[in-house]
Amino acid sequence: MFVLSVLKAAVFVSIISRLFYLQISENIKYKSLSDKNRLREWKISPQRGVIEDYFGIKIAKNTQVYQLHMIPEDVPNLEELFFKLARIINFDENKKKKLTRRLKKRKPWETIIISDNLSWSEFSKLNLFLHEIQGIKPVVSVARKYAEDGSSAHIIGYVSDASSKDLKNSEFIRKINMPGLKVGKNGLEKLLNNEMTGEPGLQRFEVNAYGKRIKELKLIQGIQGKNFRTTIDEKIQTFSSKLLEGHSGAICVMDIYTGDIVVLVSGPTYDSNKFVHGISQKDWDELMKNERKPLINKPMAGLYPPGSTIKPIVALSALENDVISTRLVIKCEGSVERYGTKYHCWKEKGHGFMTLRNAIKQSCDIYFYEVSRRLGIDRMSETAKKFGLGKKVLESFNEEKSGVVPSTKWKLENIGKSWYLGETLISGIGQGYFQSTPLQLCLMTAQLANGGYEIKPRIIDDKYALQPIINAWRKEFYSKKNNLELPNSDLKKLYRNPENIKFVHDALYGATNEPMGTSYRSRLTKPGYVYAGKTGTSQVRTITAEERRLKIKNKDLSYEKRDHALFTAFAPYKKPRYAISVVIEHGGAGSSGAAPIARKVIKKVLDRHELRKKFQLDLFQEV
Amino acid sequence: MSANYFIRGNKNIKDKILSLDFFLILLVIALGTISVFAMYSSEQGKFGYYTQNHLYRLLTFFGVFLLCSFFSIQFWFKSSYIFYFLIVILLLAVHFNGVTASGSQRWINLFFINLQPSELMKVALIVFLARYYYKIPSENVTNIKHIFIPVFALIVPALLVVSQPDLGTALLIMIGGIAVIWLSGFKIKYFLYSFFILVCSLPVVISFLKPYQKSRILTFLNPERDPLGAGYQIIQSKIAVGSGGIFGKGFLKGSQSYLDYLPEKHTDFIFTLFSEEFGFIGSIILLTIFILIIYRVIAIGNISKNNFSKLYCYSFATAFFVYVAVNMSMVLGLMPIVGAPLPIMSYGGSSMFSIMIGLGIAMSCKIYNTETPT
Repeated sequence: MFVLSVLKAAVFVSIISRLFYLQISENIKYKSLSDKNRLREWKISPQRGVIEDYFGIKIAKNTQVYQLHMIPEDVPNLEELFFKLARIINFDENKKKKLTRRLKKRKPWETIIISDNLSWSEFSKLNLFLHEIQGIKPVVSVARKYAEDGSSAHIIGYVSDASSKDLKNSEFIRKINMPGLKVGKNGLEKLLNNEMTGEPGLQRFEVNAYGKRIKELKLIQGIQGKNFRTTIDEKIQTFSSKLLEGHSGAICVMDIYTGDIVVLVSGPTYDSNKFVHGISQKDWDELMKNERKPLINKPMAGLYPPGSTIKPIVALSALENDVISTRLVIKCEGSVERYGTKYHCWKEKGHGFMTLRNAIKQSCDIYFYEVSRRLGIDRMSETAKKFGLGKKVLESFNEEKSGVVPSTKWKLENIGKSWYLGETLISGIGQGYFQSTPLQLCLMTAQLANGGYEIKPRIIDDKYALQPIINAWRKEFYSKKNNLELPNSDLKKLYRNPENIKFVHDALYGATNEPMGTSYRSRLTKPGYVYAGKTGTSQVRTITAEERRLKIKNKDLSYEKRDHALFTAFAPYKKPRYAISVVIEHGGAGSSGAAPIARKVIKKVLDRHELRKKFQLDLFQEV
Repeated sequence: MSANYFIRGNKNIKDKILSLDFFLILLVIALGTISVFAMYSSEQGKFGYYTQNHLYRLLTFFGVFLLCSFFSIQFWFKSSYIFYFLIVILLLAVHFNGVTASGSQRWINLFFINLQPSELMKVALIVFLARYYYKIPSENVTNIKHIFIPVFALIVPALLVVSQPDLGTALLIMIGGIAVIWLSGFKIKYFLYSFFILVCSLPVVISFLKPYQKSRILTFLNPERDPLGAGYQIIQSKIAVGSGGIFGKGFLKGSQSYLDYLPEKHTDFIFTLFSEEFGFIGSIILLTIFILIIYRVIAIGNISKNNFSKLYCYSFATAFFVYVAVNMSMVLGLMPIVGAPLPIMSYGGSSMFSIMIGLGIAMSCKIYNTETPT
């Protein structure tokens, strides 16, 4: 009995001391372990800032989506999970294989998103069966949503999951990356990614042993990323995008004073929403196989010989350099022999006697061969560069291309050969080495239209940054009106003699509004809508003598051999405000392939000018 | 000697009631009340299935406890062998036609109740051995002819229970039986010899264990070995108890049990739940109630005039102590998990039934303490 009692006492003492050890000595340790059990935190990916057009229409917005996340290490049996999932949500063999492949690349404690766009019925069903499936969690989140017509797909770009390349290249993405966070892949989404991402929030839940959330204990809302307003007019953007249907090309419209890009469309377009939740292989293949290359942002990344649209610049350059006078007359006979080669005019029979004005108006190649021969490539190249060719317009877009403005130096550096004089002639009609983007052509036209001042095109509307530019213009207009010569204008002049600019304007007026003008058939006659423009037809290959003899028409050629149709213009003629460039790949002649489209866009832009004016400071206000 | 006397003894009803151990009754009521609250908490503050069943059983078996008290000690003495053989038969019935749940066949369907005879055997074996040793003078206990029957009576039910399989209950049955043998005056040195033999045979025994039993032992030695598998229960139980602190998290506020981290929270781990919500102080109070119950049963043994009552009370108190100690040590991580309920606190009809009968017999010893069974 005694032994037993001692034994009992000893056992009870050990139990009490064990209780003391656990509950008093080690209390803090176990308390934190209990909290670790009980509490689980989730980073909430912040809402991305939205992108609006000039009038506040959301071009890229956020919508609520239902997602299914999984933590691989919490899943006891993957096969079983997949089997169960297949009965609840749309989860076929294909998705299973993809997920298994993704799983191999991930750490077991990293959340993996099984589906980021569940339907409501799938989502509610999932929540119902949650207690019997371990390791998964349904999540309500927001996702990017773009306008379905894709009119702004190229300029806005799209977001998608961060790739290993994104993580490697951007420290910002590396730091903030979390499951469900999308990063901008191109366009404005990429450019403004860091500012639009916002700050992640935190959600602390009490969870039970099966990972089911019982109670939300703490919620720190993430901070939504910055919203951006662009200079784009979404209405005209949609309108222009429709005009490009069936074509491959680009349309740019720019405010010639502020540099605001009003329209920037590329055709054909695509639905950027498909990329947000991971594009399917089929859709991807379709985009890649399409010979009209829908993914390329043609206004910025498409390179085309400017063709005759460069003639106003060549003319201006010759006038500014006093190489020719406006009264120079040259006879066009359809072709001319220079340096042992025959050079042709687009008009086989020839234009007859041409003045400079007529040569611009009717786009006479023979005349410009002679002008460029006298001018020389380097002086021509200098003016072209001054007016915006050969360098990036928006700079910050990494998909943007800078194009080529050839010069003797350029050829030596890039091709390693010296310049042939014959190359000057074809450069004078915008062929040869010349390569430009539609956006560059638009800027070139804008800077010509505004009287020859340098402008800085912009697509993000920043009223604060715009104010000094507005002030500079107001000062300039005031001084011009009162014939004052201000010593220090804030605007950079690109010309020497204002008469030369005026002359080119007038010649361009003739090209659109006088009979025989190349774009006469696409003119607008309503007062206030009259515009001036220059057509361009750029060859994508050399026309052989055989073809010339057979008089093969452009439309008889196969698609990829047809000429590019180009058109640049500014409107209205009397009080210019907008510049436009239209490029239709393999669209035939500029007068028939591009000018009719430009005409419709110009009309639309001018129609909406009154509305747009209400949203901006008046440039012409008296100072 | 009439049948009436056989059952009711020589006291009238008033004397019987007056000679009840009211302190023991109070302790049982206190324990019962606490257990109902604990059960209520285990169902997240709902008067649900487990709480209701537990309460009804408690009320019924409390009646059984009082009823058993009024049966004369003569009755218990005389019916002890029948009682034992009846349970052995029930164990055999379980073996051949039992109800299986979670992999082991422990219950028998008696139409109105699913009975677990192994639990009843805990008390039946003690009563059986107490009677067996009653007539044997303590100096003859070690005699070889008096060893055979007790060991056989102990081994047969233990083997039947092990085969269910239910190692925990089998061990508890054996410990109860060994307690009687020890208290009957068996020499301590023989226990030491057999303990030595047991240790030597341990490797052989281990090789016969089921994989889950092996893993339980290994897990006990190092719970972090498999934190999501076999070690899960013990780790979560320690977290629950430890996070309770001095005063506990408060009634219905035990997050470990509320959020289902605690396994088997109405049965084997009910003490963990209680300890998490009422802390160190609550646990000490609960432990004190158990100690007082054991003390009262020993006290009854002390005032009993006959050896049957004495041997029974001491043995039952020891067995009761072992049940409490094993359960608590197990949930506090001092022992491998063997599956032993905490008397009265744990959910489970047969266990409570058995404990109440055991206490009832002890109470009968109190009422009839001056009598000598023949």
